[in-house]
Amino acid sequence: MSVRELEAGRLTDAVAKLYVQACLVLPEPVKAKLYAFGNPYIIENFEKNGIIPLCQDTGMAAVYLEIGQDVHLTGDIPAAVDEGVRRAVKEGYLRSSIVADPLRRTNTGDNTPALLNVELVPGDRVKVTVAPRGFGCENKGRIAMLAPADGVEGVKAFVLETAKLAVPDACPPVMIGVGLGGSFDRAPALAKKATLREEPNPDPFYAALEEELYQATKKFSIGVHIIAAPTHIAGLPCAVSIGCHSLRYASEVI
Amino acid sequence: MNQEKHISTPLTDEAIKSLHAGDQVRITGVIYTARDAAHKKLAALLEAGRSLPFDPAGQIIYYTGPTPAPPGRPIGSCGPTTSYRMDKYTPALLAAGVKGLIGKGRRGPAVLDAIQTHTCVYFSAEGGCGALLANYVKTCEVVAFPDLGTEAVHRLTVENFPVSVFCDCEGNIYSPYL
Repeated sequence: MSVRELEAGRLTDAVAKLYVQACLVLPEPVKAKLYAFGNPYIIENFEKNGIIPLCQDTGMAAVYLEIGQDVHLTGDIPAAVDEGVRRAVKEGYLRSSIVADPLRRTNTGDNTPALLNVELVPGDRVKVTVAPRGFGCENKGRIAMLAPADGVEGVKAFVLETAKLAVPDACPPVMIGVGLGGSFDRAPALAKKATLREEPNPDPFYAALEEELYQATKKFSIGVHIIAAPTHIAGLPCAVSIGCHSLRYASEVI
Repeated sequence: MNQEKHISTPLTDEAIKSLHAGDQVRITGVIYTARDAAHKKLAALLEAGRSLPFDPAGQIIYYTGPTPAPPGRPIGSCGPTTSYRMDKYTPALLAAGVKGLIGKGRRGPAVLDAIQTHTCVYFSAEGGCGALLANYVKTCEVVAFPDLGTEAVHRLTVENFPVSVFCDCEGNIYSPYL
């Protein structure tokens, strides 16, 4: 099995381009949902733009690397990603919203560090996704360590309660991501990933649950996406991640 | 939708009393930006008995932290940030003479009380529409705390800046999402 060599500097170029692109232009599937929702201010905001960021909160730069196991990246990967963020912020006139410490709160001045997530996948490619998320909606995420006996009714009640607490503070219409199962740390990551999903849920059971929750929230939401994962016999972790209507992400395969 | 109302700053009690929850309003004049870090500093000045870096009488505070202005534009993207984070500091600013607030989302009971006590108004701007709202800002300059970067206090001149009344001076509340 041959190993593909790749310079980490390629990640810098990709992150710099994708971060600016994500802040200026919404993905087509998101636009389609917002046209269907029909708020004219929101439609004008993304239609007549492309010059300055859609939202002033250009977020923490969540960077997802899906690294093929047959790739060898040379260089310092986190440093290369941060350099991409730094370049995007300067060249794209993005906002520096990151403080170096949660209590002492000094702004880092270049929106670094990125929130780096790495996943190993088969193959010899690297998929880079930049998904900036503002904190108006990020602040509205919640997790409940439900009991198995709470079941689907407990999940529905917690999702709806969280969604209702989120608006109107977290710019509606929102995308509601639900992470079920896993553990205390895994469920929120699944919930956030769920907000970015483009395909319909392949599991008819969860597709039906998504539709039921969407019908209950459609006055202020553009969708409910669930990702479920194996969990422990004693637990039913349920995390809800709220994405605002500026549901921004951009990807590239290297 | 109600017919739009036009107001200019600084606000008078008469103008504020003509506004009702749910009204669509266009603002023209000077407004001041301040968000989390600037509020902490403004509140500290008031608590120390010192004057604010701008005369608060009749003024509007807009909760926003703009992106940097690209060449040829006065400001970058500048939509509202979530208001409740400023709740701790807001009653003191209203007592000091500030008359209007622009942000997004709910306020706590102490703020809603202070809005009625001091005859003020809390507006909501369309969340997540910073690119659109930037079109209504004609000038932008930093007037205090430049070290805070985007969180500095900026003086903006706005023309027909679109907002809606979330809470009027009688305590009535309206949001299409509540």
